[in-house]
Amino acid sequence: MRHLLSAADLTGADVAAVLDLAEEMAAVQGRPVKKLPALRGRTVVNLFFEDSTRTRSSFEIAGKWLSADVINISAKGSSVSKGESLRDTVLTVAAMGVDALIIRHSASGAPEQAARWLAAQGSETRVVNAGDGTHEHPTQALLDAYTLRRHFRRFAPAGDDFAGRRIAIVGDVTHSRVARSNVALLTSLGAKVVLVAPPTLMPAGVGSWPVATSDDLDAVLPEVDAVMMLRVQRERMSGGYFPTPREYTIEYGLTRPRLGLLRPGAPICHPGPMNRGLEISADAADAANSLILDQVAAGVAVRMSVLYLLLGGVDEGPPAATRTRTVASVPERAGV
Amino acid sequence: MSTLLVVGADLAGSGPGNLLLADGRLADPADAPAGVDRLDASGLVALPGLVDLHSHLREPGREDAETVASGTQAAAHGGFTAVLAMANTTPVTDTGEAAEHVAELGRRFGQCQVVPVGAVSKDLAGHELAELGLMARSVARVRVFSDDGRCVADGRLMRRALEYVRSFDGCVAQHAQDPTLAGPDACCHEGELSGRLGLPGWPSAAEASIVARDVQLAELTGSRVHVCHVSTAETVDVLRWAKRRHVDVTAEVTPHHLMLTTDEVVGYDPTYKVNPPLRPAEHVAALRGALADGTIDVVATDHAPHARHDKEHAFAEAAFGMLGLETALAVVLETMVNPGALSWSAVAERMSYDPARIARLPDQGRPLRVGEPANLVLVDPVARAVVDRDGSASLSRNNPWHGRDLPDPVVATFCRGRSTYRRI
Repeated sequence: MRHLLSAADLTGADVAAVLDLAEEMAAVQGRPVKKLPALRGRTVVNLFFEDSTRTRSSFEIAGKWLSADVINISAKGSSVSKGESLRDTVLTVAAMGVDALIIRHSASGAPEQAARWLAAQGSETRVVNAGDGTHEHPTQALLDAYTLRRHFRRFAPAGDDFAGRRIAIVGDVTHSRVARSNVALLTSLGAKVVLVAPPTLMPAGVGSWPVATSDDLDAVLPEVDAVMMLRVQRERMSGGYFPTPREYTIEYGLTRPRLGLLRPGAPICHPGPMNRGLEISADAADAANSLILDQVAAGVAVRMSVLYLLLGGVDEGPPAATRTRTVASVPERAGV
Repeated sequence: MSTLLVVGADLAGSGPGNLLLADGRLADPADAPAGVDRLDASGLVALPGLVDLHSHLREPGREDAETVASGTQAAAHGGFTAVLAMANTTPVTDTGEAAEHVAELGRRFGQCQVVPVGAVSKDLAGHELAELGLMARSVARVRVFSDDGRCVADGRLMRRALEYVRSFDGCVAQHAQDPTLAGPDACCHEGELSGRLGLPGWPSAAEASIVARDVQLAELTGSRVHVCHVSTAETVDVLRWAKRRHVDVTAEVTPHHLMLTTDEVVGYDPTYKVNPPLRPAEHVAALRGALADGTIDVVATDHAPHARHDKEHAFAEAAFGMLGLETALAVVLETMVNPGALSWSAVAERMSYDPARIARLPDQGRPLRVGEPANLVLVDPVARAVVDRDGSASLSRNNPWHGRDLPDPVVATFCRGRSTYRRI
């Protein structure tokens, strides 16, 4: 793995490697001293063009527990308005001798573009997509898979983890990077995904995705082994995608009465932050079968695993400062 | 002015002949003086100088991206002898003085004739009419009006503009994009790919529905409407319907919409971000068919240079547009002439006669006959080359054809008898 840009790039074996290593990382978290020396001397930058508390903190803790130096750069606000291009920002930060850039951006594709610009410079800097627009959020899908796998193994230790499992993803699929990454990852693991959304929040061309679709949550819930609820962004509520928040909750919310439609013990996931009372009721969020806090805990272990696999496998090599000069001295190629 | 005898060129597909360029006009080759300069054009095709209805020369305002000098040099390299310069400059071409300034830049620095397009609305804001009549009566003689880059979405304003330009035989060139269906965020074709990539899409209906309205307004007002950069099969159907009703409507297609498909945006490379967006292959096929049968009248480039730093943003935030003047004829050869869908005489119609007629340019788009202005391009029908963006005369590098093997047809361009590009 050179970069982690999209869950769609991962094979089933890649995913298994990340999740298995995450299990080991999680075991370390149970010790009194959590720090591993694995990435000592490595520098990881959280380059966030969009606000995020939990994802940024999760990557920061993951990097620190692996002994990497972690720096947070908030580049919020349109680079267009600041007069600096995205390419300039990315290459400038990378030229400081950074081993990995964790990039979050409100525009789809920004991490992939960053990886291409870095490659054109001959840079060795790795890129991790920490959420790009309405495209993907691969580490979220990995931590969801990790959480679900643990849950499934607890109850069926000998069975296939995901093969034949049916998982519902419910809500604003159109604007959800979590949904896109989960569709790619869960289907590559053998699960059957059913997307549930009002027709206005189902993406264009969903008919060609390897999923089933429905707009009837009541019919879907009794059929599935797990349900993932998606956050409804505030700005969608006035965007004409559905008539009122009340109608949304009645049609698509995981309300208290709907909990009774789920199979006994079927887990409930939500990537957070939750709109309690809108897409998910407090009863559902705090139910015994809710895995929402397990997801958060899994986030650190999975991100430790990703950082280790991207950086730890590299030879010790020269210290970062030496590599900085190498990267910075590569002449810019005309027209790139 | 020098005199030149062009010998043995195929005259726009009508068979070989000679052309005498003298004093900026075509003269009778029998009158060539002894010892005249001769240009052996055997194996080449002579076409009337190409006319581009749709260019962005960026001057005044963004001289870092393109100037009249660099843009018209690119035009000459592409075989053009006239370009219409869109109004979305800074300041906007929305007054007689602004139009005269652009025309004057063309006279001083142009490697081809530069004809300003006037804005339809003041500052392209879509609310009040720009000074259409003063632009028409200025020495720039503006006849084509467009808010290109933005749609004249208000039906009442569009109707008034059509009524108003009728008195001086003007034409409203519409950028058809219903902003309520495809707003400023819409950056690629809405379909399977936009859904997968998570990019805000622009459905075909946002174009065709505006064209359906505008052809009815043209019929209502008895005026002329021109549809810029048609990109969808649905728009082609609407145009066919309107032409059957004898509505005075014309339409253009860009070279990139004749060849490139929406699949190009898979890697989020902003070079392929353009408005209207690249569409799926079935639309490309419909556009080729419409250009072949005349439903689409002309090829226009929508040459849209951008400074690199305006393209090197996230896809959704990068500027719209791509270069087109130098490669337009190459793409028409590749997509239309070589597959047998257009003859050379039809190329002359689609890229010279008809654009000049739509823009009411008396000295452009004329047949290669004695007495006509010596505007012509010599074309090698078989030469090919790999496009190199750094070989461009444009100041910008947002060239979607970079690295592609394409025809390399333009051998020499003459504008009013003067050689503006020549490689033989």
